[in-house]
Amino acid sequence: MESKGHVDKATVCTSFKNERAIGTLVRFRGKEHGKMGNRVGIVGAGQTHHRSKIPQCNGQELIGIAVRRALESADLTMKDIDAVVIGNMDHFESINYVDMWSVLGFGGYMKPVLKVTTGGTTGSAVGHAAFYHVASGLFDVVLAIGWEQNSESDTTAAIVTHCEPLIERDFYGGAIGGLAAQYSMYMDKYGATEEDAAHVSVRDRGNAARYNPYAHLRAEITVEDVMKSPYISYPLRLLHMCPRSDGACAVLFAREEKATKITPKPAWILGLGSSHRSTYLGDEMGLAGLHSLEIASKQAYEMAGIREPFKQIDVAEMYLPAASAGVSWMEAMGFCEEGGGPAFIRSGVTNMGGDLPINPSGGVIATNCIGATGLIRIGEAALQIMGKAEERQVPDAKIAVATGFGGCFWSDVMIISSLRQLD
Amino acid sequence: MTVELGDTGTRIHQSRIRLRYNWWLGQVMSRFYREIKERCKIFGNKCPECGLVYVPPKENCPKCFAKMTEFVELADTGTLKTFTVVRYPVPFIQPRNPPFALGVIQLDGADTGFTHLLGEIDLEKIEIGMRLKAVFRDVREGNLLDIMFFKPA
Amino acid sequence: MEGVAIIGVGQTRYLRVNPNSHDEMAFEVTNKALEDAGLTIEDIDNSVTCTNDFWDGRTISCMTVTDATGSSRVPTTNVEGDGTYGVLMGLMRILSGHHNTTLVVAQSKGSISIPGLITNAIFDPLCERMLGLDAVSSAALQARSYMAKYGITEEQCAKVSVKNHKNAKNNPYAQLPLDITVEEVLRSRMLADPIKLLDASPVSDGACAVILARESVAKTKCEKPVWIRGVGHCSDTYHLGDRDLSDVGALASAAKRAYRMAGIKNPREEIHLAEIYDAFSYMELMWMEGLGFCERGGGGSLVDSGFSEMGGPLPVNPSGGVLSAHPVLVAGLARIAEAVLQLRGEAGDRQVEGAKVALAHGIEGACGQGHCVYVLQK
Repeated sequence: MESKGHVDKATVCTSFKNERAIGTLVRFRGKEHGKMGNRVGIVGAGQTHHRSKIPQCNGQELIGIAVRRALESADLTMKDIDAVVIGNMDHFESINYVDMWSVLGFGGYMKPVLKVTTGGTTGSAVGHAAFYHVASGLFDVVLAIGWEQNSESDTTAAIVTHCEPLIERDFYGGAIGGLAAQYSMYMDKYGATEEDAAHVSVRDRGNAARYNPYAHLRAEITVEDVMKSPYISYPLRLLHMCPRSDGACAVLFAREEKATKITPKPAWILGLGSSHRSTYLGDEMGLAGLHSLEIASKQAYEMAGIREPFKQIDVAEMYLPAASAGVSWMEAMGFCEEGGGPAFIRSGVTNMGGDLPINPSGGVIATNCIGATGLIRIGEAALQIMGKAEERQVPDAKIAVATGFGGCFWSDVMIISSLRQLD
Repeated sequence: MTVELGDTGTRIHQSRIRLRYNWWLGQVMSRFYREIKERCKIFGNKCPECGLVYVPPKENCPKCFAKMTEFVELADTGTLKTFTVVRYPVPFIQPRNPPFALGVIQLDGADTGFTHLLGEIDLEKIEIGMRLKAVFRDVREGNLLDIMFFKPA
Repeated sequence: MEGVAIIGVGQTRYLRVNPNSHDEMAFEVTNKALEDAGLTIEDIDNSVTCTNDFWDGRTISCMTVTDATGSSRVPTTNVEGDGTYGVLMGLMRILSGHHNTTLVVAQSKGSISIPGLITNAIFDPLCERMLGLDAVSSAALQARSYMAKYGITEEQCAKVSVKNHKNAKNNPYAQLPLDITVEEVLRSRMLADPIKLLDASPVSDGACAVILARESVAKTKCEKPVWIRGVGHCSDTYHLGDRDLSDVGALASAAKRAYRMAGIKNPREEIHLAEIYDAFSYMELMWMEGLGFCERGGGGSLVDSGFSEMGGPLPVNPSGGVLSAHPVLVAGLARIAEAVLQLRGEAGDRQVEGAKVALAHGIEGACGQGHCVYVLQK
C-alpha cells in the first residue's frame, strides 16, 4: 500500500534524532531490523539483606535501602536519575498503584515513574523495561526497582487468585502444583529422580550459605536433608522449594556514553528474549521442560550472537522456583541435550569452580521476594560481569545470562557481558 | 455461584477475594503511633537538607530523599488547609457513616498537611483557615484513629 | 533514528455494564485496531497490555488478556497504569530498534466490583487508608484546595461537565451523551463537597487498542499515520498532606518535556485540540493550566471565555472526555485514540476542522499524582 499522505521527514525525525545510534545490526528472528537504538549498560546494583520478615521497615523504607545501595555502588544520587521503573505483585501487599506509593522510597518528587507487573517475571520484566527506557534514547540513566514484602500476607492465597476464576481457581494449588506436575512429566520421560533435584537444592543453598550475605536462607543442606523433608506436592519436597522472602533490589541502567563515565566496567546488555506463551496450566501439559525458556533464550542468544551457550556463557543466574527446574530446564537453555539434565547436574559443571556456575548467589531457592527476584538475577549477573560480586564472584566472567520465570510458565532472558559485542 | 442475568442470557460468576494483611510500620511510623498511643503526642520529622517538617513522619524526605532522623514534637492544634464532606456510602472502608468530614490540617510546627477526620463540627459551616484541635480516644491502640478527629479549637 | 506513528486504533463502546468479559473486550479492540491498520496479528511483533490486579480481581491480571491480544505469540509486557504509560512502553520498545510494530491494549470493568474499595487501596495503609479515602473524596479535597486558592467557582467547573457531556453526543463510543445545563449540574446530588454527581465521571467498562509502528512500516502500511512527536511523564509526591493539591507542577514538567521534544514553544497557539483526563470537572480546569493553555489559576476564566468549546480556539475533549466514559486504565488510551481519529480527519461529528497537532493526556494515582502527556501530529 503506498503512502498517500506527505510526511515531512525532517520534522518527524527531529524529535527522536539520535546521533548516538550505533552501527550494530540487530538480528531478530533471522531478520535484520536496522540499527539498535542505544547500547545499554548496567552500572550499579543494590539489594537488601533478604529475610522472611523485616519488621523494622515498611515497604517504602525497604525500597529505600536497595536504592541507596545501588546509588552508592555507582556513586550517583537521585538527581542523576532520569526515570524510574518499579514492579511487584499487588495482592501480596494490597497496595494499588504502587508506582505512585513507591515515590516515598526514592524521593521521587517530580520524577518520571512507571510500573510494570507480570507475575513472577515482574523482576525481569522491570529489568527489560528499564533497558528499553534507555535503549530508546529517551532516558539516559534509569533506576529499576523490584520489591516484595511477602510476610505481609498469605502468599499462596494471593497467588491462587491468578487462576482463571471460572475454571481453574478452585483446583489450583498455588505456585507449587504446576511445577510439581511438570517435573513428574520429566521424571516419567527421562528417568530423572527427586534426588537429581536435591542436588540442585544442595548447590544453590550451599552457594547462598558460603558466599552470599544478602540471601535469605543461609544454611547448607545435604541431599539426605532434602530427601528426608516432607512432600509439599509430589514429587516436590519442602527443601526442593523456594522460600517466600521480604526484600528489594535496585539496578541502574545507563546509556553507553554515560555508562562509561559512571563505572569503569559497565555490564553491557547484548540480548533479550521473552515468551509469555501460556494462559492456562493445561496449555503446558505434555511438555516436560519449559518451552517458553527455550523460546526466550533462543531469542536472546540470537540477538547477542551466542552460538554455543554452554561454552560461551561463563555464569548463569537462573530463576529456578523449585530445584526440579534446575534439572528439567537445562536443555531449554541449550546447556545440554534433551533429557540430559540429571547427568549435567550430577557432573558438577554447574557448581562454583565448574565450567558454568549456576546461581552463585544461591538463586531463588535461597531467596524469593517475588517482585524483586527476577531483577536480583539481573543484578547478580551484572555484578559478576562488573567484577563486583565479592565472595560469590566467578573469576573472569565475561558473559552472563539472567533468566526470569513466572506467570503461567513464562520466561524472560537477558544476556549481559563485559564485551560490547561478540565478534 | 452463578447467576442468570435477564434476557441476554449473560451469566455472572460471583466470588470474593478475602486476604488478611499485616503491614510493617517500620521504625519511624512505629514511633509516631507509640507517641500518640502512650502520650497523646504528635511527632513529625525534619529533613536536614530541605528543612521541611513532615507529618506523619517518614524515613526518607519525599522531595530530596535525604534520611530524616530528627523528630520534632508538634502541637495538637493546626489550621485547616482543605476539606470535604463525604455524603455517599462505601461498604467496609469508611470509619463512620456518611455524612462525615475529612480535612487536611497543617499542624502548628509542621510544613506539610496531615489528613484526618473532622468532628464535633457543623458540616455545613466548615471553612478553610479554621483553627482545629486533635481529640484523642481514651483507650488507644497505636494507630491513626487513636485521634478520633479534629474539632474546632 | 526513525519516528514512530500510530497506525491503528480500536475502541469498544463504553458502557456501565459490558456483558462481555475482559478478554472478549480485549479481543474485540485488538481486532478492530488490526482492521483499522490493515494488518493481521502476524504483523504485530510485540505487545504491551495494561491491566490492574485490583480492578480485575486477579493477581497477574495480564494473564486474562494474553491470548486475546495475541501476546502469547510475541515478546510482551504489562504496564500496570493508565494506557498512556502503556503507549510509552510500546514506543520505547520500537525506538530501541528491537521491534517494528507494538500493539497496546488496555481494558477494565468497573462494573464488576465496588470502585470505592478499589480506589481506597491507592492510599497508604499505614496512615491514610483507614480514613475511608477513595478517588472521589480525595478529588474533593483537591477541588476545594484549587478552587479556594484561585477563586474558581462551582459554575465554572459545571461548564466543563455541560460541554463534555454535550460533546459526547457526537461520539458513538461515549457512555453518557447528555444535554444538561449548569443549573442541573449544580443541583445534582452532592457526593463530597464540592463534587456533585454531574461533576464526576461514571463507572465504566471498556477497552481500547492502538498499534504503533516504526517509520518504515508506517509509511508503507498506513495512509494516514499519526506521528508521536513528543512524550513526557512525571509524578508528584504521594501522601495527600505532603502535596500542594492545587499545584500542577508534575503535569507541567511532563508537558514541558513533551513540548521540548516536539518543538512546541507556544502550546496555546500550536495545538489544535486536546483530549485530557477529566475524571472530575475541576480537573479539566487544572490540567489546562498545567499544559500551559493559560496561567496558573486561569482555568476558570478560560472556560468562561469559550476557549475550550467545540468551535473555540482550542477544543478540549471533543470526544466528551472522561466525564462521559471512564473505564480505568483505558481512558488515557482512549484520549490518544480520539486524538488519532481527529488528526486523520475521521472524527465524524466531533471533528475539529483542520486539526494537525493534538495533545493527549492521562493521569495515574489519586488526584492526578502522575501525568503522561503526548503531542501527536498528522
